[in-house]
Amino acid sequence: MSLHADAWSAVRGNPWRFLLSAWPWRSLVYLLSTVPLGIGVFAVLAALVGLGVVTAVIVVGILLLASLPLVTTVIAEIERARLRLVFPQVSGGERPTLRERLHTWRTLPVSWSEIGYAVLLATVGWLVDAVVLTLAVTTPIVLLLAPVLVRYDAVDIFGWRIDTAGEAWPAVAVGVVSLAVVAYLVTVLASAQAALTRLLLDPPEARLVTAVTELRRSRAGLVDAFEAERRRIERDLHDGAQQRLVALTMTLGRAELELDEGPALDLVTRSHTLAEQALEDLRATVRGIHPQVLTDHGLAAAIHELADRSPVPVDTDLHLAGRLPARVETAAYFLVSEALTNVARHSGARSAQVHAWVADATLTVAVVDDGHGGADPTRGSGLAGLAARIDAIDGTLDITGPPGGPTHVRMTCPISVR
Amino acid sequence: MTRPLRIVIAEDAALLREGLVGILEKAGHQVVAAVADADALLVYTASHRPDVIVTDIRMPPTHTDEGLRAAVAIRARHPDIAIVLLSAYIAEAYVAELLESTTGGGIGYLLKDRVSHVREFLDNLGRVTAGGTVVDPEVVRHLLARRRNDGPLAALTPREREVLALMAEGYTNPTIAEHLVVSEAAVRKHVGNIFAKLDLDPDSDRRVSAVLAYLRGASR
Repeated sequence: MSLHADAWSAVRGNPWRFLLSAWPWRSLVYLLSTVPLGIGVFAVLAALVGLGVVTAVIVVGILLLASLPLVTTVIAEIERARLRLVFPQVSGGERPTLRERLHTWRTLPVSWSEIGYAVLLATVGWLVDAVVLTLAVTTPIVLLLAPVLVRYDAVDIFGWRIDTAGEAWPAVAVGVVSLAVVAYLVTVLASAQAALTRLLLDPPEARLVTAVTELRRSRAGLVDAFEAERRRIERDLHDGAQQRLVALTMTLGRAELELDEGPALDLVTRSHTLAEQALEDLRATVRGIHPQVLTDHGLAAAIHELADRSPVPVDTDLHLAGRLPARVETAAYFLVSEALTNVARHSGARSAQVHAWVADATLTVAVVDDGHGGADPTRGSGLAGLAARIDAIDGTLDITGPPGGPTHVRMTCPISVR
Repeated sequence: MTRPLRIVIAEDAALLREGLVGILEKAGHQVVAAVADADALLVYTASHRPDVIVTDIRMPPTHTDEGLRAAVAIRARHPDIAIVLLSAYIAEAYVAELLESTTGGGIGYLLKDRVSHVREFLDNLGRVTAGGTVVDPEVVRHLLARRRNDGPLAALTPREREVLALMAEGYTNPTIAEHLVVSEAAVRKHVGNIFAKLDLDPDSDRRVSAVLAYLRGASR
């Protein structure tokens, strides 16, 4: 491979380097392979359409015609592979493989650009290449072999008649120059054709789609990394500071038993209370980071605990068998947590319900209260942050809170592991 | 403490394990083994036949409910051994599972924080060893706070529920009377009403059954 990324930039670079590089040869192979392929595609398309139209009356034809997009998909895939001869970096993104695409052919969207490309290839494409190649290959050969050829017959090329050996030697010189010209011609044609192919088969929108898919994936990765980090912090706090505080309270408890009534006992008792408060604060913090009960026992147990903690009575109706993916559990947990906090703070509700169920590989969690409504998801509340979080796991968040209530907060998200 | 107990402790956090050993030995009990996981708990319980085991629920390797499962296994093999489960946090799943196994010796479910209130902890340990059922007051409060609008418990008056909650904490009638500042006779009347409303089998230990019904209803 040369320093240039593709044939077109090589053409525009240093001529000597270009002529000695592999690009003219790769371009030649590209154009040469277009001809038989184009003829083949022409034959296949003609047969398919011809047979299809003829037998359309007996339904078979309709099936044949319907398979056209499938055939052009295969052709397009071959062409994308062939593009690498002149654009090695083409289509770097994630495109479903041919196997995947064919596997879902029933739902395969009809790609008009693929069909158009196949028609173009079958008609104009290979003809142009064939003509250009014939001229481009024969001209230098004839010129270079002129001294030999004139012994048998006069050579007539582009109106230039060579019939003596003396005239044949300059022809050889012209032939050498024409080699360079041909190299350029072939490469430019191949580049132009490849550019057209790219435009039709690998359009910029498709590359955008690829980029967006990639972004989604990396965002999900970030959410996972973030989640893992929270768990690590939770574990560190649990195994470190929390254990020490528990040990401290136990030691202070023992000290209380050892001491007689007096100022020393009062101080120790006070210390004991403070240590317990510190422990309680730490537990509350850990709960906010990543609740242990969620890690240990899953979403249902964690929602029960939230419901128990809520100052507003909460009924739970949970149909969650088994564990869900960690990022789904976490998003759902913090949704319920935030929603119940809002219920207690703003809604004036006397009761609330949490519903959660899994159907069709989708988790739905709904929090409903009987308060006065008027929830505004855009204003302040942590629900806005949750919307981004839920979005990152391909979920949706709906909040309806008409003035007068009731308020519904509802999230749905797929539970398949990507 | 009236008599020294033979105890096996299972707790994976070394600091807490040592603290527990210190508290229990100071109180005159004999800690025959202090181990860090459920397997060792099973082995030492089988070989030492202690009066009571004190075990953390969350232990290696999965840090979920190893201690609870070990306790259930011990209850099945040695029903006379009393069991005290320690939990770092309130998880009702534990309460429900725990109650499935409540036949035989005493059983206790305490939050770890309770241990630092040494006198209270030793008191609870004594009640469990004597065959009582003790559920941490904090846990009981939590369950009580939950709204219930179904099941037999819905028929109870708020006062009867209060009495039942105190029963769940392992208190006797005189102590309950003291707590609620009413006469013992009044408590007996409430208890009788509770038994009647919960439709308990007179042949069983109705006091225990009532507590179980209560906790089951609360933890669903």
